[in-house]
Amino acid sequence: MKTLLLHAFMLFSGLIAAPFLLGVINRTKALFAGRKGAPLFQLYFDMAKLLRKGVTYSRTTTWIFRAAPVIGLSAVMTAMTLMPLARMSAPLSFPGDLVLFAYCLGLMRFVTVLAALDTGSSFEGMGASREVQFSALAEPVLIIAIAALVCAAGSPSLTAIFAAMTRATWQALGPALVLIVAALLVIFLVENARIPVDDPNTHLELTMIHEVMVLDYSGPDLAFILYAASLKLWVLGTLIVNIAISFLDLHGFFTPLAFTAGMLVLAVLVGIIESIMARLSLLKVPRLLMGALVLAVLAFAFIARFTS
Amino acid sequence: MTIDRTLPNGGSIPLDSTPDLAAPEFRRRVLEGVTNGARIAALFGCPEGDSVRLFSILAWEDTGLLSVLSTTVKDRYPSLTPDCPQAHLFERELAEQWRITPEGHPWLKPVRFQTPMRGKSNEPLPTQCGVADFFQMTGEEVHEVAVGPVHAGIIEPGHFRFQCHGETVHHLEISLGYQHRGIEKALAGGPDKRTLHYMETLAGDTTIGHTTAYCRTIEALTKSRVPARAQVVRGIALELERIANHIGDLGALAGDIGFLPTMSYCGRIRGDVLNLTALLCGNRFGRRLIEPGGTGYDLTEDSLAQLRDRLKTAITDAEQAISLLWKTPSVLARFEGAGPISRKTAEEIGLVGVSARACGLERDVRRDFPYGIFQMAHIPIVTWHTGDVFARAFVRWLEIERSAMFILDQLESLPARPPAAPFTRQMSSRHLALALVEGWRGEICHVAVTNEAGRFACYKIVDPSFHNWFGLALALREQQISDFPLCNKSFNLSYCGHDL
Repeated sequence: MKTLLLHAFMLFSGLIAAPFLLGVINRTKALFAGRKGAPLFQLYFDMAKLLRKGVTYSRTTTWIFRAAPVIGLSAVMTAMTLMPLARMSAPLSFPGDLVLFAYCLGLMRFVTVLAALDTGSSFEGMGASREVQFSALAEPVLIIAIAALVCAAGSPSLTAIFAAMTRATWQALGPALVLIVAALLVIFLVENARIPVDDPNTHLELTMIHEVMVLDYSGPDLAFILYAASLKLWVLGTLIVNIAISFLDLHGFFTPLAFTAGMLVLAVLVGIIESIMARLSLLKVPRLLMGALVLAVLAFAFIARFTS
Repeated sequence: MTIDRTLPNGGSIPLDSTPDLAAPEFRRRVLEGVTNGARIAALFGCPEGDSVRLFSILAWEDTGLLSVLSTTVKDRYPSLTPDCPQAHLFERELAEQWRITPEGHPWLKPVRFQTPMRGKSNEPLPTQCGVADFFQMTGEEVHEVAVGPVHAGIIEPGHFRFQCHGETVHHLEISLGYQHRGIEKALAGGPDKRTLHYMETLAGDTTIGHTTAYCRTIEALTKSRVPARAQVVRGIALELERIANHIGDLGALAGDIGFLPTMSYCGRIRGDVLNLTALLCGNRFGRRLIEPGGTGYDLTEDSLAQLRDRLKTAITDAEQAISLLWKTPSVLARFEGAGPISRKTAEEIGLVGVSARACGLERDVRRDFPYGIFQMAHIPIVTWHTGDVFARAFVRWLEIERSAMFILDQLESLPARPPAAPFTRQMSSRHLALALVEGWRGEICHVAVTNEAGRFACYKIVDPSFHNWFGLALALREQQISDFPLCNKSFNLSYCGHDL
């Protein structure tokens, strides 16, 4: 009963707090730009507004376009149920759940791309093509990084991995874990359409990746998409923060505290990255992803060598 | 080489002193001029009976003079374009405005989709704006992307057709005319009360540039002199306009690549500089500041001191914000090599202004055809050799510095306030007057031709954008389509200045 309550609390706190992270990122960017910035809870207001609105569908679109936001949101919520919070077990866990985790995110992307193609717009087609090109390079990084964690913990489930990770793991495999965190940070920026890969604030349809794929959405559908995007940010952020705070060897009450602090630090970090660097040319994005892949492979080789 | 009838920048000549050449001779002389280093500043038609008199204004940068060639055309003449690419848009314009056929022109597409200014009134109107044949590529994986006329940002309307293969653009075609207001037609028979308003709003961001050119044309026709103090104020206003727009452009360039610090600060500093123009005349864009015969407002001791202090502060702020661009590797990686134009291409298509100087062409009206205060005080010309987005950005920054130095210099030694001089409004009849001004985008050319009554028989305006839009189309070749907004912003051309 106690675990059930704990799981429910974990899940709901994630579902509620996720949009707040985007508020923190935007506020950080505003501070760097010398502006006051939008309220921290802006995304909640936006979603509340969108949920009250009607929707407009293009006559070109089919049921795929309408189903995509719902499928995407459910996929990312499923991924959330698999993600533990540091040493606290995930609501759902079984051997091999990390593969399901990766493919839930894959499914979310797949339906977004399909829906973009469904509109028949040349912009959305370009966005879809870019998204697929980059995710073909990003997915291996995520899988290899997780595989390296599996090797380190000796268990094929996310809950077990983080339960087994302690300061001792860091002491033994520290450099490899740093490489994994770095690779995952790149994936975090790519998957969440942040600078230097994509610019979430741009209005230039020719340069967008993620934003252009959802241009045709309105009303509650758009609210679902915005919410799903914030949950994706949350769940991938959790993965990084979990690895980082395992170094602290915390127990009990301190775990959620350190976790919250970790998430905030991550959001501020993203805000800083976006404030001090320009977007990459689309031609150079694959190089960034190849760099992340090299880091992940290196970490994997390192861990495989030192744990066997 | 034949000696043509020449006049200085801001001069006027009697119409009858320009020989009416036969069409083939006209063509030969224009081509000869262009081969010998002249540039076509304007090529336009003026109605004469039921035929049209074509005028070609050639700008000679080496002598600082302008030559006028003319021919009378009934309905066709041999086209210049096959041997002189910079004439191509002028000839398309002639064909559209006057129903003249330049024979041998490769593609006489509409320029502005405007109603012809000659011919029977019951003829059908031109097709809807933007409805035209576009160049098309064929092939398995080639695709076409159409952008505009309604854009995602708050900008003017224009239609862009990209022929792409994946992310690579092979051809870009730009179709404008959505902002056509019929200004040139409305100016014929003038000047009247509205004329100055038209000039101020030809291209809203170039108010000072266009009104200065207009006033100098009028002053050439009325043979009036502008007091030295007014010349200085005009020069200061022109450079303030340049600084404000260049700062805005650099901020917008930073915004396009998602580089926030420069973007946010430049937006604010541009406003600070616009406010300095407001200090001069009460309007941020300088409306009513420049008037025929002088300026509408004068600098007081108080505003002079304020101008000096606030400009210094704005430039210091701008330097801090803009120097970040040149120090940040991720910014340079985006700017360098994007949208390059070779010096040769720039010369062939007749680029002007920042875009030309960024290709290494030393082309600046303030130096080549000095007028007003620029005859006394020279602003060093700024060029860069790479012709890419970086060059266009960097030239802008260097020009901001030079212009600020010029203004601060001028403020030190402002000529005394002159006694009010009467301004005669009587203009010479059957004269041609022209004025070139280096607006912040580049060369602005105004040409007025008067009739027997001393009113405008026609008034020709050439905005720098008219020369440069084709440059943007060429800059995009073999580039990434995702770099289009960046290249576009690096040119930052005017839609309404082109469409008139």
